[in-house]
Amino acid sequence: MSTIDTSSDPAHLRGYDRSDEFYVEEAGPPPLPFEERNREVDNTWDDPTRRAPLVVNHRTFRDVTDTVTDFTLSRPDWPWILGFLTCATITGLCLFGCITYLFLTGVGVWGNNVPAAWGWPIVNFVFWVGIGHAGTLISAILFLLRQDWRTSINRFAEAMTIFAVACAAIYPGIHVGRPWLAFWLFPYPNQMALWPQFRSPLMWDVFAVGTYASVSALFWYVGMVPDLATLRDRCRNRIGQVAYGILSLGWNGSSRHWYRFEKMYLLLAALATPLVLSVHSVVSFDFAVSQLPGWHTTIFPPYFVAGAVYGGFAMVLTLAIPARAWFGLKGLITLRHIDNMCKVMLTTGLIVAYAYLMEYFIAWYSGVHYEMFAFWNRAFGNYAWAAWTMITCNVFIPQILWFKSVRRNVLLVMVAAMSINIGMWFERFVIIITSLTRDYLPSSWGDFTPTWVDATLFFGTFGFFLMNMLLFVKFGPMIAMAEVKTVMPIAHRGHGRHGSDQPDRHDDIERASTGADYHPAESI
Amino acid sequence: MSAADQNFLANDMQVSDVAVEGSGDVLAGVMAEYDNVDDVYAAAEKVRDAGYSRWDVHSPFPIHGIERAMAIRPTLVPWICLIGGLTGMSIGLGLTIWTMGPSIPEAGVFSGYPYFESGKPLLSLPQFIPPIFELTILLAAFSAGLGMLVLNALPMLYNPLFKSARFRRVTDDRFFVVIDATDPVFDEEVTTELLKGTRPLSLEFVVD
Repeated sequence: MSTIDTSSDPAHLRGYDRSDEFYVEEAGPPPLPFEERNREVDNTWDDPTRRAPLVVNHRTFRDVTDTVTDFTLSRPDWPWILGFLTCATITGLCLFGCITYLFLTGVGVWGNNVPAAWGWPIVNFVFWVGIGHAGTLISAILFLLRQDWRTSINRFAEAMTIFAVACAAIYPGIHVGRPWLAFWLFPYPNQMALWPQFRSPLMWDVFAVGTYASVSALFWYVGMVPDLATLRDRCRNRIGQVAYGILSLGWNGSSRHWYRFEKMYLLLAALATPLVLSVHSVVSFDFAVSQLPGWHTTIFPPYFVAGAVYGGFAMVLTLAIPARAWFGLKGLITLRHIDNMCKVMLTTGLIVAYAYLMEYFIAWYSGVHYEMFAFWNRAFGNYAWAAWTMITCNVFIPQILWFKSVRRNVLLVMVAAMSINIGMWFERFVIIITSLTRDYLPSSWGDFTPTWVDATLFFGTFGFFLMNMLLFVKFGPMIAMAEVKTVMPIAHRGHGRHGSDQPDRHDDIERASTGADYHPAESI
Repeated sequence: MSAADQNFLANDMQVSDVAVEGSGDVLAGVMAEYDNVDDVYAAAEKVRDAGYSRWDVHSPFPIHGIERAMAIRPTLVPWICLIGGLTGMSIGLGLTIWTMGPSIPEAGVFSGYPYFESGKPLLSLPQFIPPIFELTILLAAFSAGLGMLVLNALPMLYNPLFKSARFRRVTDDRFFVVIDATDPVFDEEVTTELLKGTRPLSLEFVVD
C-alpha cells in the first residue's frame, strides 16, 4: 500500500463495501475464524532472549476487537442463559431470601453467640474483601511495574474486585444487628451530638473499604470508556447503541484525550497501590489492635495483604480458565498469562506459609502463656480440623505449582486455585473462630456452630458474585481491548507498514506469534 | 453516488459538492484515514510542522510517543489530582480533629466535640491517620478521573465526526488525522493537498 492513490475514483481505494451505509466493512482478507483465534499456543518458554508474545493467533487489531466483542454483541447462548438464571435464582432465594428472614427475625438465626460474636459474617466479609485485592494488584501494581501481561486480565479482575467487594459489603451491613441504623457508621451531624469513633479500627474499615469500593469502581469504569466506545461503534442494535453511547461519554479516540487518559490512569494506579495495601492492613487491624491471643500480632497487616493477593489470584484463575475456553480467549489469555499468575500465586503463597510459621515461632518465642495456648489450640484443639484443612489447602497442595508441567496444565492449575479458594476461607475461619472461642478464661470458652442460614447466605453471595460476572461478560467489554492492542507488535512504529525500511525491534515477537523458527543471531 | 460515498473527497471536489444543498451544512474539517501507526505518525509530524493548532489524531489505542509528533502540551491532570488530594487530607484532618479532638470554646459552632474515649488522648493523630489517608486517596482519585473527563470535554453529546461511517472504525483498527476548519492556518485546498501527501487510505470532508 505504499502508493495509495486518493485521486478521482474512490472505488479503487482498498475495498470498501459501500452498500451498507451504516457500517463499513472491508472487503480485504477475511478476519480470522474463531477456531484460529482460539488456538492454544505454548508461549511459556524461559529463554530471556526471546521476547514472548502476549497476544498470540491475533494478527490484526480487528482480530482482537472481534474476539472481545463477538460474545458481547451476539444473542445470548443457552449456556449463558441457563447460568444466569441459575445464579439469579440463587441470589434471589438464598441471598435475598436469607437476608429478609434475618431482618424479620434477628441475628439469632445465625450461629453467632457469645463468645463467637463475629461468626461467619465476618469470616465471609474478610474472605470476599481479600478476593478483591487481586483485581487492584493486577490493574495498579502490575501497571506500575510495567508488567504488560496484565492487559489481558485486568478488566476481568477489576470486575471481580467490584463484585467481590459488593459481596463483602453486605456482611457488615447486616451484621450490625439493627441494619436500619447502619448509616450511623458514617459521620454526619446529628442532634445526638455523636460522632463515629475515629480511633477505632472498625471505623477505619468503613473508610478503607468505602474508599476502596469507590476508587475501584472509578478505575474500572474510566478504564472501560474507550472499550465501551468500541461496543457503541460495533453494535447494530438500537438499544445497545444508545446504552453504549451514553456509557462511552462520546469517546472518539482523540490523541489529546488519550494523553490525559494515560496520565490519569498512571495517577490512579499510583493512588490505588497504597490504597489496596491499606485496605487489608486496616481489615487486619480489626484483629491486631484487639487484645485477643492469636489476633494481637504485628505480622497481621503484611500477612493479610499477602493472603488477600493469594486468594484473589486464585479466584482470578478460577474465573479466567473457564472463561478463556468458553468465550474463545485462548489467544489473549495465553498459557503464559496463566503461568505468570501461578508464579504470583506461588510467591504470595510462600509469604503466607512463612507468616503461618512465624506466628507459631513468635507464640513460642514470646513466652506468653495465652499466646502459646492459642496456637497449640489451633493445631490440636477444638477446630484443629479447620486449621489442618487450611494448611493443606494453602501450603501443601499449591506446591505443585513449582512444576512447569503443572502450570501449563489448566486442569491442575484449576485444582490448585480451588484448593486456595477453600484454604483462604478456612484461614479466616481459623483466625476468627479459634481465637474467639478459646480466649483467656476457660469459664468464657464456648463453641461455634453455623446454622443453615449462615451456610445458605454464604452460598447466596456466590450466586450474586457469579450473576454479576455473567452480566458483565455479556454486556461489557470483558477484556481491555485498547490496552491489549498496545502490547501487540503492530502497535509500535516500524511494524505496520509493509516494505518499511525501519529496523524491526520486535521481530522476534512476530515470528514467535506465527510459530516460525527462531534463530537468536537474527534478533539483534 | 451512494450515500457512503457522499463525503469522499475526489481531487476536484469542493465542499459544495458534499454538503447537502440548502441544509445549512458547513465544513467542519478534513479527515484522513490510515491503517497503521507509521503512516499516521508521519502524517501527524507533517501536520505539526505545517503549523496547525486545531487538529487531532484519533486512534483505537494510545500511540506511543504521539504527543511528540503532535506537540501536545503537558496536561493539568496531575495538578488537579494534587489539589484533590490536599483537599481530601484537609477534610480528613478537620473532620477527625473537630469531631474527636480538643475543644476551642471561643470558636462558637466550630468549637468541636472533645470525645474522650478508652483513655486515649483527645488529639490522637496516629489513630486519625487511616481516615485521613483514605479521604486523601478518595478525593485525589476522583479529582484525577473527573479532571480528565472535564479537560477532555467529556461527556460530549454531539460530534460531527460521528456522522462519518468510516470513523466508526476509530475504536477498532483505523487511525485518523482530522484538521479542524476553524484552525487559523486552515485552507480548504492547501490542507487537503497536505493530507493527500501523507498517503492516506481515504480523505473525507467532515460536514457539520
